[in-house]
Amino acid sequence: MARSDVQLMLDVKAGDEQSFELLLHRYRSPLVNFLYRMVRNREQAEDLAQEVFLRVYRARAEYVPSAKFTTWLFRIATNLALNSVRDTRHQRMEISLDAPLAADSEDGDERPLDVADQHPDIEQHLVAQARSKMIRHAIEKLPEKQRAAVLLHKYQELDYGEISKILECSESALKSLLFRAYEALRVELAPLVAQQAKQ
Amino acid sequence: MDVMSCGRMENRILSYMDGRLKDSERLEVEKHLATCAACDLRVNEFRAVSSLLDELPQIAPSPAFDVRVRARVAAEPVKQSWWAWIAPSPRVAMAGALLALCIVWVGLRPSGYAVNPATEAEINQNLPVLENYDVLTNFEPLTDLPAPVTDEPQDDANQANQQM
Repeated sequence: MARSDVQLMLDVKAGDEQSFELLLHRYRSPLVNFLYRMVRNREQAEDLAQEVFLRVYRARAEYVPSAKFTTWLFRIATNLALNSVRDTRHQRMEISLDAPLAADSEDGDERPLDVADQHPDIEQHLVAQARSKMIRHAIEKLPEKQRAAVLLHKYQELDYGEISKILECSESALKSLLFRAYEALRVELAPLVAQQAKQ
Repeated sequence: MDVMSCGRMENRILSYMDGRLKDSERLEVEKHLATCAACDLRVNEFRAVSSLLDELPQIAPSPAFDVRVRARVAAEPVKQSWWAWIAPSPRVAMAGALLALCIVWVGLRPSGYAVNPATEAEINQNLPVLENYDVLTNFEPLTDLPAPVTDEPQDDANQANQQM
């Protein structure tokens, strides 16, 4: 039976380096994806994800399982991402949303895991790519905290209690935050939403 | 049961979509949606948004990711407890203990220069003479004085006079 995150972390605390490897293997992909969607830069996302793991490792001696491991992990990740976004806000403003696909290193970074099976012909592939780009940009336009809330809710499937602890707000405030984020996405993605709603 | 207002839907719409409402709350929401076309439309559109978010592909961490994390972890300094700072090794600890013992022994040992009170009073009394000791021993006029006459040579001289 697989050991829980908390048990693995307690084993790391006891000096078991192999348990740290298991945590790394378990959370590297969710973390890198979360951070990539937050900061919109693959290299930066990987650097931040490394920093998250490093902080977890550094904190092993003081680790007390007072909350879920994922709450702690994504709290570190969210704080790092929010700081990074704030630090590079002006740089990010300069990135043109209309830059050609090949020149847009961020878009070019995204490698769908199963594109070949999903898009048998080039036209469908391009349509799907344009949709993805529109969705990404809609997420990118959200205020940072709303973006973090949507990503944690939608992709990490954390419960409201966990997300509210990560974002340091009440559950009621979180629900309101998510509602406003979905409202903004609904407006931003109106053409796709109308299309989707018809299906 | 009161009919829910559109304003109260704000905090429940996503929980409803996620299936995280209690049965009573879910029934309340469904009752409202049955009578409110605007909220019903919003729920459908939010579902469409959620479905669109599912379309975003995932990225895979680069192959070097794990290697870089391991390298950074390996470069971390080994943490030592406070005790480790006090006793870095048994040999150093032993040397420190011996040094401390030596210091205590030297401190408690009676001093070789201790003077009893009577001697100290005598020294104090003769102190002016001692202070002038160098002057007195090197006082030139004193070197011209005849050598002190001892008893023995006097006896020899008397014997010589008697023989004459």
